[in-house]
Amino acid sequence: MLLSVENLSKSYPGPEGPVPVLRGVDLQVQAGATLALRGESGSGKSTLLHLVGGLDRADGGRIVIDGQEVTALDDAGRAALRRETIGIIFQQFNLIPSLTVAANIAFQARLAGRHDATRAAELAEALGLTEQLDKYPEQLSGGQQQRVAIARALAARPALVLADEPTGNLDEDTAAVVMDQMLSLVTETGAALMMVTHSPDLAGRLGRQLHLRQGRLA
Amino acid sequence: MTAAGLAALWSHWRRNPLQLFTLVAGLALATALWSGVQALNAQARSSYDAAAAVLGEGRFDQLVPRVGDTIPRDTYLALRESGWLVSPVLEGPLRADDARIRIVGVDIPSVPRWAGSDAQDQRADSPRQDRDAIFAHPGIVDALAGITEYPVIANPDMAPDTAMTDISVAETLLDRPDALTRLVVARVQPLGLPDIATVAPDLVRRAARQSSDIDQLTDSFHLNLTAFGLLSFAVGIFIVHGAIGLAFEQRRAMIRTLRTLGLSLRRIMLLIALELLALAVIAGALGVAMGYALAATLLPDVAATLEGLYGAQVAGVLQLDPAWWLSGLGIALAGAVLAGAGAFWTIARMPILATGARAWAVASGQRRGWQGILAVVLVGLAGFGPVLGGGLLAGFASLACLLLGAALALPLVLDGLLALGERRAQGVRTQWFLADTRQQLPGLRLALMALLLAMAANIGVSTMVSSFRLTFTGFLDQRLFADLYVETDDTAQGAALQRIVADRTRAVLPIQWVDTQVAGQQAEIYGARVAPAYAENWQFIARDGSVWDRVAAGEAAIINEQLARRADLWPGDGVTLSPGRTLPIAGVVGDYGNPIGQVVIGEPLFQRLFPDVAPERFGLVTDDPDGLRAVLETELGLSQGQITDQAALKAFSLDVFERTFTVTAALNVLTLSVAGFAILMSLLTLAAMRVPQLAPAWALGMTRRSLGRLEVLRAVVLAALTLLVALPLGLALAWMLLTVINVEAFGWRLPMYLFPGDYAVLGGLSVLAALLAALWPARRLARTPPSDLLKVFANEG
Ligand SMILES: Nc1ncnc2c1ncn2[C@@H]1O[C@H](COP(=O)(O)OP(=O)(O)OP(=O)(O)O)[C@@H](O)[C@H]1O
Ligand SMILES: [Mg+2]
Repeated sequence: MLLSVENLSKSYPGPEGPVPVLRGVDLQVQAGATLALRGESGSGKSTLLHLVGGLDRADGGRIVIDGQEVTALDDAGRAALRRETIGIIFQQFNLIPSLTVAANIAFQARLAGRHDATRAAELAEALGLTEQLDKYPEQLSGGQQQRVAIARALAARPALVLADEPTGNLDEDTAAVVMDQMLSLVTETGAALMMVTHSPDLAGRLGRQLHLRQGRLA
Repeated sequence: MTAAGLAALWSHWRRNPLQLFTLVAGLALATALWSGVQALNAQARSSYDAAAAVLGEGRFDQLVPRVGDTIPRDTYLALRESGWLVSPVLEGPLRADDARIRIVGVDIPSVPRWAGSDAQDQRADSPRQDRDAIFAHPGIVDALAGITEYPVIANPDMAPDTAMTDISVAETLLDRPDALTRLVVARVQPLGLPDIATVAPDLVRRAARQSSDIDQLTDSFHLNLTAFGLLSFAVGIFIVHGAIGLAFEQRRAMIRTLRTLGLSLRRIMLLIALELLALAVIAGALGVAMGYALAATLLPDVAATLEGLYGAQVAGVLQLDPAWWLSGLGIALAGAVLAGAGAFWTIARMPILATGARAWAVASGQRRGWQGILAVVLVGLAGFGPVLGGGLLAGFASLACLLLGAALALPLVLDGLLALGERRAQGVRTQWFLADTRQQLPGLRLALMALLLAMAANIGVSTMVSSFRLTFTGFLDQRLFADLYVETDDTAQGAALQRIVADRTRAVLPIQWVDTQVAGQQAEIYGARVAPAYAENWQFIARDGSVWDRVAAGEAAIINEQLARRADLWPGDGVTLSPGRTLPIAGVVGDYGNPIGQVVIGEPLFQRLFPDVAPERFGLVTDDPDGLRAVLETELGLSQGQITDQAALKAFSLDVFERTFTVTAALNVLTLSVAGFAILMSLLTLAAMRVPQLAPAWALGMTRRSLGRLEVLRAVVLAALTLLVALPLGLALAWMLLTVINVEAFGWRLPMYLFPGDYAVLGGLSVLAALLAALWPARRLARTPPSDLLKVFANEG
């Protein structure tokens, strides 16, 4: 089992005491499997993704990725896990503004010590970024920036890709193109994918769909 | 991983070279100013030392012949063989045209001992080629060059009519081979030496005077200059703080991204620390080099002459001494740490996710409020500091509190003033301008704080320096009013001198004193032969009636300020000189040259109280100093070193100070330019963010040109308002330096004078600096293409 989440809970401080967002989430993801995470706005999808990625700390429960208990790791351990095992794609791209597209794509792979120029070039080619390699993120359109973020996540050959509405900022046509490219690349690398999406179409193309309701998965 | 992380951090600077430049330049300038002031300080000190040595001011014990004026070379060699560390001097008069030149020949390799034990090692390898040179006061260079083949180099550090050279050259010039006139005794001597009387029975040892009169005054000056150096550094630190804060602010998102991609916080902090360290080392090295260049430019004669004569050490800091380099680098590092600490702390506590960052941003907004409270507390502390705590440390702490508090308060004060103006303003344009200026305050905050500190430092330091100069001149007039100052070998010679000069002078003023305890303090009691010259020249801090008449009659005493302050004795109080002998105090006199207390009484009373003391030193008031000097030399057999021409000494001392003042003025201008530079950088950085703010005003019908003009006006208005705060702050600073710090350090208060003309000039310069700094960014704004302005609206839609 690549990812296993048990009885995960998380609440945020509110004006009248803690507001529970996740109340006992259980989830299992096999290596190479794809999964769509759906739910109303504010239901806690991003929260769950962040916890799995070790970006935030849970209040209770366990997350185990590739045999490592995320919930027991310190900051350095979680950073190492993200570096080695996880690729994250955010809605707001999160590129490094002062690095070129090429450097951005290679960045996480470099951090993980797995940089492979041929692989990076292939990804850029597949995502139609070959012309843009020497540009800076601010010189790209939104769709191009998101493709850079996808290439960056995949170039490091992560076992698990976490994507939080990766096409939420794009218009429908661009979103469809980018999503096609991403899915085929993920399948090709054999990574597992956990993706938050509002679109039933997109969700339908993934192996499994789960709904987050009242802090639980169904 | 480290390499990739560093590359990402570094890429920010590559994309924002201006920011990098501000950071490095700010730190380098701060270090340069600091090192420059240090160099200046060291230079001033070494000039005084050189002056004192050349003038035979008696900072060191000396051996002179019992009879005649020649010491055989063998006697010198015998002393050296027995282990005594003495340095030979051959001194004598030389006629050249009309000038009477005093040639002082010294043994260059052994000169180090003059400067104390710490300098001995470096001296031996002073450059050989300089050993033939003659270093002469500029006034006699031509005359000397006319009569000798040796190279003559002008050196303003020489006393008037004095030239210094190697002893072998002096032998030739004076035509006295193998002769010596005196030996200078090093302060620190090896243990277990034989008695001088047995090794060299023909020599007498003349003791060094406890402390040169000018010593303490210069020490105080140095202390104040050091405070100034720290201030200049603080100005630089504000700039660096601004640059680091901005860079971190802009890299915040990047740092978050780096963390999501798998760099741990600890590693990121480490990398940032490394990056800062590297920048600080580079900036520090640049700064030290600039400080050196600065000192060398401001003090060219030092590099050229003193260095040649004394070798490394007297020119002191101007040699690239490793310790100096290291201290410069150290100060740059300390500055970077100081300036970066806040930003560092912020990053360490910043949450990894942007969502949580909002709460964090609110918290940093609340910090502004706290800053105001802190400012009030700090200024309050500074006000109470001198009242509550004593001690030099408390004084400096108060000073720091005052400056920091004022700097923190500045944005709030400016905001208040602008808000007031906004409410009063009539036209809509003025209102918009003032409101917009208020909005700019946060971005310009640090630059304005730097400007405030620079202006306050300038006002404070120029007040301090000018007050100092007035005081010093007055003090010299008071203490050195006799024309010649003579030191005899013993009391018998002293008595002979009084007989010989009695009808050749206007007044003979014996200098006689006993060391004793007065009011529980170490003190000297002087017996003064009251003459009209005293009344003409002495000025009292506090007095009671006709001081000199009462002193002459033995009915009252004068005490110095040190004693007055330490023992809390003032006119009207009584001072007990010996059991049963108490005199009322008639006056308190400012005595800037003295570490200990002093009581002055009339000579008759002095002789009754201390019948065993007879004078050996005299001040002579005469209309013909040269003639009198010749008489003393021929009839009494006094050597040149025993007679000092006070007028020349005074002129020389003033000249040394004058040069220090000039350099201080130059440093003042530099500090201001640094602050102007900070404003320029802030405005340039802000200019990019300004476009969206200015676009609406443009769309509403203001031309880009008038917008640019308003930008310049804004800088001028802000600088002028800052000046309003800086003036009282600078005066408070001067007041604290002169009356708190100085009293704590030296026991006397320097009177403070005000120089409104200087402040007006300074204000003009500051506003000019702000104006110049605003010109370029304003031009850039005025040239912003309309398409850029339009984009603002396009993006909003
Ligand atoms: N840092 C935070 N502090 C307080 N409350 C938070 C914080 N982050 C999220 N929340 C709250 O937790 C709940 C879940 O948020 P989350 O972002 O996980 O929802 P989501 O399912 O991703 O919504 P969307 O589809 O709109 O992205 C929301 O009610 C949100 O307001
Ligand atoms: Mg979300």
